[in-house]
Amino acid sequence: MVDGFRPADLQEALEFRARHPSIPIAGGTDLMVQKARGFGLKPDFNKPLLFIGHLRKLRQISVRDGNIHIGAGVLLSELIINDKISEALKMAVRQMASPPSRNLATIGGNICNASPAGDTLPYLYAVDAKLILKSVSSERIIHIGKFITDPKQNTLEHDELLTEIIIPNKIFNVSYYKKVGQRKGMSLTKASFQGLADIKNSNVLDIRIAFGSVAPIIVRSREIEASIIGKPVSEINAAVPEILKKYATLIRPIDDARSSAAYRKRVSLRLLEDFLSKLS
Amino acid sequence: MKIEFVLNDKKQVIQVDPASRLLDILRDDFELTSVKEGCGEGECGACVVLMDDKAVNSCLIPVGNIEGRHIVTMESFRKTERYKVIEESFLEAGSVQCGFCTPGIVMSTESLLRENPKPGDNEIRDALSGNLCRCTGYNMIIKGVKLAATRGKGLW
Repeated sequence: MVDGFRPADLQEALEFRARHPSIPIAGGTDLMVQKARGFGLKPDFNKPLLFIGHLRKLRQISVRDGNIHIGAGVLLSELIINDKISEALKMAVRQMASPPSRNLATIGGNICNASPAGDTLPYLYAVDAKLILKSVSSERIIHIGKFITDPKQNTLEHDELLTEIIIPNKIFNVSYYKKVGQRKGMSLTKASFQGLADIKNSNVLDIRIAFGSVAPIIVRSREIEASIIGKPVSEINAAVPEILKKYATLIRPIDDARSSAAYRKRVSLRLLEDFLSKLS
Repeated sequence: MKIEFVLNDKKQVIQVDPASRLLDILRDDFELTSVKEGCGEGECGACVVLMDDKAVNSCLIPVGNIEGRHIVTMESFRKTERYKVIEESFLEAGSVQCGFCTPGIVMSTESLLRENPKPGDNEIRDALSGNLCRCTGYNMIIKGVKLAATRGKGLW
């Protein structure tokens, strides 16, 4: 068995992917920990590694038709300093891990890892990010919500690679992000909240609300958002208790080493309350 | 897999399983023991080295990823003028106690000062947020980094 392959370009990577069962690996910051066996031992991967972190095609950030295209191999540290990336996403990324890990970790890895606590996910769900999945013979574009199906589960086919993330061209004039962790640096999320809104003349033209770490997948409800859109801010401010009640049924956290279900739920609803009451 | 890379300014060609951790290759094959293993999961920063001048956790890097890259550890960085300034400043500020975390912190400091020669308090705290120290309480380390930035003016 080959233990790994370093393709020269994306085409070669996809050809390898089509021919061999493989584990795509970019930065490795999640996989190397998940497969670690301890001091001095090499991590235990059951399939050959396909190294894709160095592929130029996956390292670009560009604007096409007004949409931002982020290569799956773009580093977290590169997102923070790129002027095409929105302040909302930067805010989430700046609070992820630490500089030595952000210099390795990629946005594509954070998505494919499909952790409920993946910190780029609430933003990507909120903005309706789409993913380009390529194989030698096909290309499909799907909504991130259709890609991640369960904790650690995604719909990537054995011959596909995530190549690009598309952020639709849309301006929000209100952006609110909070990550709740045990401390500031190197913290894993207990609960996170992404709120985005477009307010004009005190009317809610658009609103996006996403919760991280409080259910098997990111929580977002188009139905509740639709009930808010088009209304005057004063009406929304008055309806906050009602909106909280609706979201309370969707927020289904668990107790684990990081936090308790009760705390997660409470803090998530408080953050939503804070976001909604700040709209003006 | 055959991997070619530059280690402390010297070209190396190694035959390895590409899933091996860079940390283990540095310590076991090259005997560069300034690189420490603390947690093995990217939390403590004791294994931080420079890859193309940027601080990275060597415990998280599969060696398949270092092809063509330049890795620098304390063993060679300590010969530089910039290191001497950091060492002097750290000693003066009391930034070092047991010393286990120090190589990683020195590497993070170098990476920070290369990017930002005049960092403020918060920038220093962020740059060192991936390095745990159980002795000093951090304030003395931050003081040490500030002192190095002032003293080493023009070096970064």
